[in-house]
Amino acid sequence: MASITATAPRALPALLRNRAAAKLGLLALAAVVLVPLAQARWTGGAWPEALTVDLTGPLTGVSDWIIDNRDSHPLFLYFFGHVSNAVVLCVRAVYLALLAAGWAGVTAVAAFLAWRFAGVRQALGTAAAFLACGLLGMWVPTMQTLALMVVAVLASVAVGALLGLAAGLSDRMDRALRPVLDTMQVLPAFAYLLPVVLVFGIGVPAAVLATVVYAAPPMARLTALGLRGADQGVLEAVESLGATARQRLVTARIPLARGQLLLGLNQTIMMALSMAVIASVIGAGGLGDRVYQALATVDVGAALAAGIPIVLLAVVLDRVTAAAGDGGTAGHRAGWTYALGAALAVAVAGRLLGRTDWPEAWTLNIAEPVNRAVDWMTAHLYSGVPVVGGTADWAGRFTTWVLDPLRDGLLWLPWWSVLLVVAALAWLIGTWRTALTAVLAMAAIGVLGVWEPALDTLSQVLAAVAVTLVLGFATAVAAARSDRFERLLRPVLDVFQTMPQFVYLIPVVALFGVGRAPAVAAAVVYALPAVVRITAQGLREVDPAAMESSRSLGATGGQQLRQVQLPLARPALLLAVNQGVVLVLAVVIIGGLVGGGALGYDVVFGLAQGDLATGLVAGAAIVCLGLMLDRVTQPTDRRAKKGA
Amino acid sequence: MRTRTGTVAAAGLLALTTGCGAADMTQQASPFAGAQGTKSVTLSVQSWVGAQANVAVARYLLEHELGYRVDTVQIDEVPAWDALSQGRVDALLEDWGHPEEEQRYVEDKKTIVNGGGLGVTGHIGWYVPTYFAKQHPDVTDWKNLDKYADEFRTPESGGKGQLMDGSPSYVTNDKALVKNLKLDYQVVFAGSEAAQITQIKQFAKEKKPFLTYWYSPQWLFRKVPMTEVKLPAYEEGCDADPAAVACAYPHTPLQKYLNADFARDGGEAAAFLKKFRWTTEDQNAVSLMIAEQRLTPEEAARKWVDSHESTWRAWLP
Repeated sequence: MASITATAPRALPALLRNRAAAKLGLLALAAVVLVPLAQARWTGGAWPEALTVDLTGPLTGVSDWIIDNRDSHPLFLYFFGHVSNAVVLCVRAVYLALLAAGWAGVTAVAAFLAWRFAGVRQALGTAAAFLACGLLGMWVPTMQTLALMVVAVLASVAVGALLGLAAGLSDRMDRALRPVLDTMQVLPAFAYLLPVVLVFGIGVPAAVLATVVYAAPPMARLTALGLRGADQGVLEAVESLGATARQRLVTARIPLARGQLLLGLNQTIMMALSMAVIASVIGAGGLGDRVYQALATVDVGAALAAGIPIVLLAVVLDRVTAAAGDGGTAGHRAGWTYALGAALAVAVAGRLLGRTDWPEAWTLNIAEPVNRAVDWMTAHLYSGVPVVGGTADWAGRFTTWVLDPLRDGLLWLPWWSVLLVVAALAWLIGTWRTALTAVLAMAAIGVLGVWEPALDTLSQVLAAVAVTLVLGFATAVAAARSDRFERLLRPVLDVFQTMPQFVYLIPVVALFGVGRAPAVAAAVVYALPAVVRITAQGLREVDPAAMESSRSLGATGGQQLRQVQLPLARPALLLAVNQGVVLVLAVVIIGGLVGGGALGYDVVFGLAQGDLATGLVAGAAIVCLGLMLDRVTQPTDRRAKKGA
Repeated sequence: MRTRTGTVAAAGLLALTTGCGAADMTQQASPFAGAQGTKSVTLSVQSWVGAQANVAVARYLLEHELGYRVDTVQIDEVPAWDALSQGRVDALLEDWGHPEEEQRYVEDKKTIVNGGGLGVTGHIGWYVPTYFAKQHPDVTDWKNLDKYADEFRTPESGGKGQLMDGSPSYVTNDKALVKNLKLDYQVVFAGSEAAQITQIKQFAKEKKPFLTYWYSPQWLFRKVPMTEVKLPAYEEGCDADPAAVACAYPHTPLQKYLNADFARDGGEAAAFLKKFRWTTEDQNAVSLMIAEQRLTPEEAARKWVDSHESTWRAWLP
């Protein structure tokens, strides 16, 4: 994924230092020349007014044009309208099929598929997960989400595979697509809901298309990776047999890339699911809508009841596709036929018994006990806890001692010095190109006229990343040392990673009050699992020989960790930082819903008021911020995954 | 090979653009609507509980008395206008006044029609908790607010008093008001009504003073009694220039709006929704059941419907 990889010669630290010094020297030189010029022209530390472009007029114009022409202009009648219709038709077809199969049929067919692709254990897990969705009283919303997901994932896979095919077969396409995919992946989904809504209106078509933008890149990337990584020996052998280019592709390259393709599918599914909830803000329906509506009545229990099916779907789909990618179970034809027959029999039996709807008597109300637990927690932890103080006091202190100084400090820095710091960081860790991208992205924020809110958001991101890294590294070290702890941790991380953020927005407000502190807390919860996973894996992959030899030299556990494990796991740690930053940014923005303010609030405002100028400018600034943060932390060797 | 791909693509594009004819962007319901083949209505629900109460009762009656299937879409007011115009939803039951949208969709494009009043009058204002107003009666006049700025300070308000605002979808002039009335306050946006309610409840539990943007009718008043702070009196047109506002918010009779096609061809459902009209007390009763007693909207609606038959009989066509 790392588009421009600096070949940092790790073996030559002296040279590295020299190169770093040279880079910094060059930057200093540029600063000495440019800063006085800039200072003379635009005095003051804030972003100069003269360098901003006010897009309010044109953007409002565009928005008005779309609204006025949406029902009559050929572009809409003959293009977007058909796209929209096609999406609605597909989703409806899948939804009706799922309803017709009934709960017994859907569960049986899902379990059957899981069994064929991933074995008996996954089949039992799948069946249990579907039954649990029904038990929670969420059968119909689950089917709506599933229908939406099926269409969105198929579309994402089609788009992603096409792009990946192009990038895998042509070097030029690869170079052209890389920055596009990079950008698509650092885009926080929240930022581009508004333009999609404006064109397609609220509802399912907009939700599906926003999901495709979000979920297609991993498929494209992994397809390209798989095609490029095909064994040259095999390809030559196939070529020597006289195969045409197309035959080579179909018979050799694609089958050889199977593992990568399935990993791509897996990643696409996970991202599409996480989008299913965010898309509820634009009326996508399904489980996400239930979570969002529960949020409106401050009903954590109901939000959890709708959130759990999402977690279950995510875990099941993740495990099944991952197991299928690892090879799965090769089957005989007879097994397929019998099992499929059994699944269909169950479906038909369910239908004949007139039991296609989930029976209402079989539902479990978890909302009430959960709400009681949350009430107790907030009542006893919010304030007045002896010695340590309540969560509200912590939040207050965190705001006053960490967030405020950080924000004020960033705002106090003259704008050109912020650009210089960005340039230096990005150049030290990457190449001059990454540095240039980062600086241009940061400058674009200034030009858009949202310098101050962007730095406010940045201060929240920095604080949240710092907390995430401290907690994440500590947990990862423990997980890397103890297998048992890691096994215990795994389901917890699964839940944190797949639980929709909307579910814990209210508990964090109840604990930390309204403001930036709950936004930071929510971001930490969301980003922690990825950081822990990547770091723990990196620490475990450290060469056992190096560990052994250090132990034989008499190093203690701590010395071993500091002097051998951590340095050797440096690439993994850098990746963890990078992923942490990207994920934190995504949630800090949603923090606009709980008082995080800054860019996140502007995006929500734009969506709520249909104000394209505010929403889109803030969205663009978030994208720039994401690009900048990504480039500044982009490790030289990054894996092709988002969200680990 | 290349030319053939090109031809196929061109043919496909041609088919897509001309062959299938025009696609009407205004004729797209949700794919989940009316799945059982029944006649259906799609209602928009706004994030606040009062709006949920309207929809819950309308939905219950449409389903149980008139035999419709009702789908709901969660969406904020302004996008709801857009959705109404496109026919994605059929009705918006509680609108707090959006002159720009009225001009555009009702007057110019004629895709939306007014469905009559809801019977409830809405009012936005600044509120302090009643326990605090009792201790300091003079806080209820805006001229004395500066005196209490210290008491209302929070970590988020940066040394000034905190005026807590809610969801970005709400109608608010508070930033301009604070500036134009030269108050020593900082507007802090809670970002969503849920966050705002949670914070108000936490403050109330500890009997802490706070100043908040709030509105009536609202069920929370029964849990946390609040007293309105007097702002300079509202006069017609004093809020015309958003930057120069220095007066209180008006009292707004809340309106219903229907998609124009639905209003014309919507049969009994449209007739029913036009007649739907209840009081602030009714709405609050249902809201409180939903938000505080944690009944599902359907249960709350059933309870209300069971005990108010004379009211809703009159709405049926």
